[in-house]
Amino acid sequence: MNYKVVIGLEIHVELNTSSKMFCRCSASYFGEKPNTHTCPVCLGLPGALPYSNQKAIEDCLKIGLALNCSLADFALFERKNYFYPDLPKGYQISQYRWPMCLNGQVEILGKNGPIKIRIRRVHQEEDTGKLFHIDNQTAIDFNRSGVPLVEIVTEPDFTDSEQVRDFARKMQQIFRYLGVSNADMERGDMRLEANVSVRPENQKALPPYRVELKNINSFRFMVSAIEYEKIRQIKELEQGKALTDETRGWDEDKKITFSQRSKEEAKDYRYFPDPDLPPQVFAQDLKNKLGQGMPELPKAKIERFSKEFDLSQYQAEALTDTRELADFFESAVKQGEQEKVSAKEIANYLINQKIDFQVITPKDVVAQLLERRQDVIESDEEITKLAQEAILKNLQAVEDYKKGKLASLGAILGFMMRETAGKLDAVKAQVILEKLLNP
Amino acid sequence: MQETLEALQKGIISEQELNQAYQDRVSILNPKLNAYLTICEGHSGIPAGIKDIILTKGIKTTAASKILDDFIPPYSATVIEKLLKQNIRVIGKTNCDEFALGSSGENSAFGPTRNPWDVTKVPGGSSSGSAAAVSADMCVFALGTDTGGSIRQPAALSGIVGFKPSYGRVSRYGAISVASSLDQIGPMTKSVADARLVLDWISGGDNYDSNVWVKSPAKTLATIKGLKIGIAGEYFSQGLDAGVEKVVKQAIKKLEEMGAEIVDISLPHTECAVETYYIIMSSELSSNLARFDGIRFGKARELFGPEVKRRIMLGTFALSSGFYEDYFIKAAKVRSLIKKDFEKAFEKCDVIAGPVSPTVGWNLGEKTNNPLQMYLSDIYTIPANLAGIPGLSVPCGFSQDLPVGLQILGKYLDDETVLRVGEIYQEATVWRKEKPKI
Repeated sequence: MNYKVVIGLEIHVELNTSSKMFCRCSASYFGEKPNTHTCPVCLGLPGALPYSNQKAIEDCLKIGLALNCSLADFALFERKNYFYPDLPKGYQISQYRWPMCLNGQVEILGKNGPIKIRIRRVHQEEDTGKLFHIDNQTAIDFNRSGVPLVEIVTEPDFTDSEQVRDFARKMQQIFRYLGVSNADMERGDMRLEANVSVRPENQKALPPYRVELKNINSFRFMVSAIEYEKIRQIKELEQGKALTDETRGWDEDKKITFSQRSKEEAKDYRYFPDPDLPPQVFAQDLKNKLGQGMPELPKAKIERFSKEFDLSQYQAEALTDTRELADFFESAVKQGEQEKVSAKEIANYLINQKIDFQVITPKDVVAQLLERRQDVIESDEEITKLAQEAILKNLQAVEDYKKGKLASLGAILGFMMRETAGKLDAVKAQVILEKLLNP
Repeated sequence: MQETLEALQKGIISEQELNQAYQDRVSILNPKLNAYLTICEGHSGIPAGIKDIILTKGIKTTAASKILDDFIPPYSATVIEKLLKQNIRVIGKTNCDEFALGSSGENSAFGPTRNPWDVTKVPGGSSSGSAAAVSADMCVFALGTDTGGSIRQPAALSGIVGFKPSYGRVSRYGAISVASSLDQIGPMTKSVADARLVLDWISGGDNYDSNVWVKSPAKTLATIKGLKIGIAGEYFSQGLDAGVEKVVKQAIKKLEEMGAEIVDISLPHTECAVETYYIIMSSELSSNLARFDGIRFGKARELFGPEVKRRIMLGTFALSSGFYEDYFIKAAKVRSLIKKDFEKAFEKCDVIAGPVSPTVGWNLGEKTNNPLQMYLSDIYTIPANLAGIPGLSVPCGFSQDLPVGLQILGKYLDDETVLRVGEIYQEATVWRKEKPKI
């Protein structure tokens, strides 16, 4: 029997607001001395009450809009009750029955074309403190307690681990574009949980269990964990064993997943509306204002760059990798218009050089390109020769390109640029290179 | 307090003399009454007693519980900060039922408070110490908290004025949460005028309590003539002591003689109020007390008293999967009906008058073996918390030589009318002049 894997994702993103979610303590806790960003509210002292951070709420709504969700007219904070030493109130303020955003979708590129990943919900909650195990004791740092979090849950629409990685990268890019978070996996301001199960190839119904992969702090490890899990689960089923709900972590040294918590410990969180916080009502005015204030997101920017500047898909994607780079590029193009330096030239230059934005300005880039023009290699003959040499010295890239990995062309072009210390008409070089590789 | 402030202003007495007088009285009476758990020395300011469920920075705050028996808060409640600005001094933290759960003061982990009118009787609860302290002149005024009647009932049983503001007038920041959607901090005083003054001092938003609204505009009721007072049959039914009923009805008659119009109203869902309250209150409480885990402050949870444990278990059960719809949701729905009862009634009248407590103070130890019987003594006060409306208890006489209180309820945010009716009544009667012979 052939099995297929079914994956759903949960992403937690920590917002980069200056204050915490329900108190005015500073929310930038990374690297700070323990328990220096605390107050009665985020310490859960007797008598303390929550008071919502409006910017955090707007950030959550923006994330919902970026993921094409519909924004609720009405949302409610609810208490998720459970005991853990890093949870000072004995409950987490979260959202359950009435989340702020629902039913969105994001498109990613799969092996066989674009795939729509449906977003079930986006909601707001608060982060917990952090436990540190030192010798035989456990210490708790509450600097992180109360920092605003946004939780995004997808439908189980993923069918392989590569899709998961692409999606996660895309999410990261969106959060950075919106300016709502650093979304750094290593620092913990973006966290991924994957729910993985397998089902027979032709079965449409979802499997009766799912394994939650948690506490994995890089895209790479997540992909490894999913791959491993897929094989492990199929093996178990083939041996006739039944699989149940479980939580597992990834051991990077042993390269295996391991059990952390089983279904028997499934908790009843006794959710109920938090009486300390009034219901949230979102008027159409606010929704309109937020919609209008949204920055141009990567997808739209790529489309626009391709059309407006006559760039290839690869170039447009590279230039829109970060908002900073995209803005820098457009600024340079504006500068270049006066000097008759084309967008394409600027594009190639930026893609092949590593620009330090702190030091170089868009104006500098244009100036440098003008300078280069003086001794640019332009003749078809010369360029063809260089291209043929480059092809011989980059056989792997050639093979990748021929297999369909268009980005590999850029690698070969980059090689040529470096060999000529940048003195190559990149636009011409690209055309010639393409002709040679596609006879 | 008005008289005190006037005497100070005129130089008849000094703040030092004032404080010395109260301090002396406290030293003599507290061993007898156990009204205060912590007593503070001081020579300036107006001395006030603060219920030990309200946090005072640097002054031990125990909630009358062993769990907090050495807890020194690092911050003060908003109401305390506001009072300090008015030159009020905390003379002591008053005794109460543990975590404000009780109707007699007997659930305190540090011994019950005694009623100054008869030390064998309960002063009422949960603000037992505050009521006794004001009644026995151990402070100029006190603060209490009212979740199901905990200001009004002890005020009635101890012969003083107690006022529960409309929900959302006074910030709860710094008062240990019992039931977040029901709790309000309020004044316990000798006169209604004092209650109004203290209310004014402690009201208002602070950017900490998300449920506080702007102060309601004060409208002064010039005369009681033509004011419609609603009388609900449900508040004068079985269970109400005959002696108490007689005194309360006399008080209402007095108001009628002064020109008020009596109107019959009905509050049909009153019979569900106690159950509704206990489900909602216990549920919110079970979650609110989860932070007392002994890790960051306080002692281990085993030290919770039996009543506290009882309500935590009840609340946890009512919120559990499989029971949430039948208990918590059902209670929340009935709560809406109780609120609607009042809205409908207030179409026909301006205020509602009736008893505060079905009985006068009972013997210490009499009801402690029967929690349910204890719960039923809150029948008349609970509905106001469920509906969020303001409620006043003002002394209106005696039965069996023990004080009786008259309850005045008003429309949401119409605190001023309620206070004014109480004030007019108080000015026309002599109950205020009576003092316990302690």
